Amino acid sequence: MSKIPLQFRHNGREVAIFVDGGTNLLVALRELIGDMTPKFGCGQGGCGTCSVLIDGELHLSCLTLAETVAGRSIETLDGMKQGPNLHPLQRAFADNFAAQCGYCTPGMLMAAKALLDRNPSPSRDEVIEAISGNICRCTGYEPIINAILAAAGGRISA
Amino acid sequence: MTRHRGRGIASINYPIGMNLGGDPSQALVHSNPSGKFTVALSSIDLGQGMKSVTRQICAETLGVPVEDVYVDTADSDTGPHCMGSFASRGTHRVGNAVMAAAREARGVMMEAAAEELEVNAADLDTDGRGNIHVKGAPHRSISTKDVAIAAQFKQGKTISGRGIFLVPLSEVNPETGEMSPATCYAHACLVAEVDVDDETGEVAMVRMDSAYELGRALNPRLVEQQLVGGAWMGVSHALYETPEPYYPEPVHCPRDFVEYLMPGPGDVCPHDIAVLERPAPDGPFGAKGPGEMCANPVLPAVANAIFNAVGVRIDDLPITPEKVLRAIKAQGGARPQARR
Repeated sequence: MSKIPLQFRHNGREVAIFVDGGTNLLVALRELIGDMTPKFGCGQGGCGTCSVLIDGELHLSCLTLAETVAGRSIETLDGMKQGPNLHPLQRAFADNFAAQCGYCTPGMLMAAKALLDRNPSPSRDEVIEAISGNICRCTGYEPIINAILAAAGGRISA
Repeated sequence: MTRHRGRGIASINYPIGMNLGGDPSQALVHSNPSGKFTVALSSIDLGQGMKSVTRQICAETLGVPVEDVYVDTADSDTGPHCMGSFASRGTHRVGNAVMAAAREARGVMMEAAAEELEVNAADLDTDGRGNIHVKGAPHRSISTKDVAIAAQFKQGKTISGRGIFLVPLSEVNPETGEMSPATCYAHACLVAEVDVDDETGEVAMVRMDSAYELGRALNPRLVEQQLVGGAWMGVSHALYETPEPYYPEPVHCPRDFVEYLMPGPGDVCPHDIAVLERPAPDGPFGAKGPGEMCANPVLPAVANAIFNAVGVRIDDLPITPEKVLRAIKAQGGARPQARR
């Protein structure tokens, strides 16, 4: 099968790669660009740990054909921190013990960022809805919900 | 349709570690020429905090800042043997091994410092900030870094220590089956409150209140984190999870995350936790460890709460809506029990 040339923005930087037809975005990011922050969990859209933003919108990179992101802007966890400083969401996850094994964390952070980018002060229910496509096996979700609320407004729900 | 509120309680007595070949774990501690220390283990940190807790135990025993200790673990090629991260044994077994290794390394460090300061090692103490000084004379002091350099390049000493913790194997009494697999036990009590829908059989968690006695909590935030997450796992076992098919055909088995039921972020409930600290005589700084028991009391407490709500006793996990509904139908309707 012939390779397809593909250009898109990856965390603000233009990238150009060749992909096989049918390659999904997760594989393109991890194996061709070397961005290992989107994780492979289930490969079928059930767990959310591969979540990335495409033009600011939350998507499952394992279910996105790489060819479809030509000319678009992809954000991953790798581009989240601001220089040497953690993003407020990353800081809040650390402060609120919102990660244990860490495997869901990249997807959770991207889902949280997608929410806060469009709704800077969400309610608890809006936070719950925003991360409901992401599975966490360790934390019981409560610390993650609290971290996102804390990052949103310095608030911690009771 | 009526939603019935019910409350159930469960108490548990939980052994720390087990009786497999005596259940040993080993640790090695050595200083680097920079005055920092490395703890070599092969114990696994799954996110529960093994690295943080062994780091704290090592720093406290050596008398150095926690920043000066690095824990290198999870590789059985380079770390000394560990039975593993299970049976709630990590903090207790591995912690004790690290403590023994750090104590031996501290002995060498103090000898090396004594040689540099030209005093008796018994007269020296650490300040916990990276210095070793003569007791009662803080100005007569040397940094752990300078001690490490002197030991390495001048005295020809390795500041290092070996540690192992072993609970001797307990033989089973052939007459009674009696044995003593653990040396200390943690305890917990949990009250679960649920709503049971008598038309759909669905059970919703309303709240949990728990008290855990787990020796000294060496890192209270990590303990709390594990108790919160573990209780969620308990709810999941009680009400949702099974690799078995819910229907007789094996083809109906859950095959992936979409079909394998687990509670999501919208199913969590408030959970108030009280941690009681009763230091264990043989634990590292009195610690036992929360471990698996963070999930265990939830299952019986939820089953009891369902009985309290609608009067049906389900003894087969998970307690699915179908099982609740069939049981309610079999007894001719919900029979709420007295609230206590």
